[in-house]
Amino acid sequence: MIEFNTSLIEWSRAQFALTAMFHWLFVPLTLGITFMLAIMETIYVRTNDPEWKRITKFWMTIFGINFAIGVATGIILEFEFGTNWSNYSWFVGDIFGAPLAVEGIMAFFMESTFIAIMFFGWNKVSKRFHLASTWLTAIGANLSALWILVANAWMQNPVGMKFNPDTARNEMQNFWEVLFSPTAINKFLHTITSSYMLAAIVVIGISSWYLLKNRDILFAKRSIVVAAAFGLLFAIVTISTGDSSAREMARVQPMKFAAMENHYHGKSFAPLVAFGALTPDPDTTKKQDFVFKIEIPNMLSYMAFLSPNAYVPGIYDFTHGNPEKGIISYQERIDKGKVAINALATYKQAKKENNDSLALASLTTFEANYQHFGYGFANTPEDLIPPVATTFYSFRIMVIFGGLFLLLFIYMFYLSIKNKLEGKKWLYYIAIASIPLVYITSQAGWIVAEIGRQPWVIQNLMTTKAAVSHIETSSVIITFWLFAITFTALLIAEIRIMLKQIKKGPKTEGGH
Amino acid sequence: MKTIKIILNKIFHLYYDGFRSMTVGKQLWIIIAIKLFLMFAVFKLFFFKDFLGSRFSGEKEKSEYVIDRLTQPK
Repeated sequence: MIEFNTSLIEWSRAQFALTAMFHWLFVPLTLGITFMLAIMETIYVRTNDPEWKRITKFWMTIFGINFAIGVATGIILEFEFGTNWSNYSWFVGDIFGAPLAVEGIMAFFMESTFIAIMFFGWNKVSKRFHLASTWLTAIGANLSALWILVANAWMQNPVGMKFNPDTARNEMQNFWEVLFSPTAINKFLHTITSSYMLAAIVVIGISSWYLLKNRDILFAKRSIVVAAAFGLLFAIVTISTGDSSAREMARVQPMKFAAMENHYHGKSFAPLVAFGALTPDPDTTKKQDFVFKIEIPNMLSYMAFLSPNAYVPGIYDFTHGNPEKGIISYQERIDKGKVAINALATYKQAKKENNDSLALASLTTFEANYQHFGYGFANTPEDLIPPVATTFYSFRIMVIFGGLFLLLFIYMFYLSIKNKLEGKKWLYYIAIASIPLVYITSQAGWIVAEIGRQPWVIQNLMTTKAAVSHIETSSVIITFWLFAITFTALLIAEIRIMLKQIKKGPKTEGGH
Repeated sequence: MKTIKIILNKIFHLYYDGFRSMTVGKQLWIIIAIKLFLMFAVFKLFFFKDFLGSRFSGEKEKSEYVIDRLTQPK
């Protein structure tokens, strides 16, 4: 009988979610604002207009505050891998290690070297060298994100590896397959471009505050034109990569796709629920009916398979199976997973006893069923359904607010080029209110990606409960609260220092 | 040799003058120092020991433990 400590698993998950979400409060602004800094400084170098230098230096300060407070918050996640998720850490082997090592060696050093020149080098190096450093800081920051996101994408779609039953580790077979898997490409592009949107909203929101206060008008208008153009361009890319991410999800994580839509009964000509509300009480299969919904006909079929009449499997297709569509039931996969687990145990014992024929036979059985390995840790098909309502609502928060930000970029850009930005107080308030909303939207995106794939820590291969270390639950609870207090203090510090700098505003300085 | 010395001197002064002339940066460095102290001297040292590394010395023992956990979870 397989038994797990539910409290330990839930606290470990909560702790990881807390630290990852706090870490993600700092990262997206860094990814986006560095490129906007590079654009602003490029304009300064080309025009020699000191106002552009003033603009660049102000946003550089905002970036510096965010970078300083956020730097190393991701290291906590690595601590947790080794302590709370040791089975997982061992199991992923060098698949996770390789991208993170490349990140450490290449991107981190690149980023940290050029940041120093960017901040300290205004009067020390030539204009062009300084500009190159700013661009390289932006590229370095985004390259750091690439390797982390490649590792995350591998967990969503494990490719390019082979499991070694002697060491219980997955070994990299093809680095390029890991790096260039469609999931990795979509994840990287969607994550960084949505981060650019977040940074653009922050710049527009803060600049709008200056317009509202009727101060630093030229600074605010120029900041808005850069941020609106930047945000608009990358909002279009974000929509495009979001669309391809959804198709990829329908292919490799169809349960997440179905959960995202509260889609239980598979069908052709499936509609997309543009907006809806779910009944509060789920049944035993976590099913919640709609209180109301607004649908777009055939859109879900089109979104998943680029065809309005395509069959989109629902949650019940996976839990109960659908032979007509070639979908085997989760119960069957659970049985095959248990066969794989038992075969691995037999293989290990046979190797100890030098029983080569039994070892070979069990290895063959194991390899034939390895694709179902993770299912063996589940007791019922319902264990493999993610939290549907959370995934459903988070997806809509992400998409609806993302769409509103696109409209804001379009309108702000239009007003900027027509020089009609002044005197629109209602718009300034919307732009300022968009700052917290864009952070909520960004977090919602990750909730869809991570909660939507539960219970998997590695899709189809390892569930969260199989990944967790058997440590004292009390120690996880203590560190959960320690992190909550520390990160909240950091967040308060960031907001206070930023507000102070924003109130001070951009200043005129010397240097080239 | 002389060129290298000049370059190293320039790099030193880039950082030295940069840190000296910081305004908001000083406050940030204090926060960074406190944060790193908490992370490495408190969290890592007392709460985040390497689970497998602290129990097993060799790779073989670690892999056997993980296989045991995966095949006979308790």
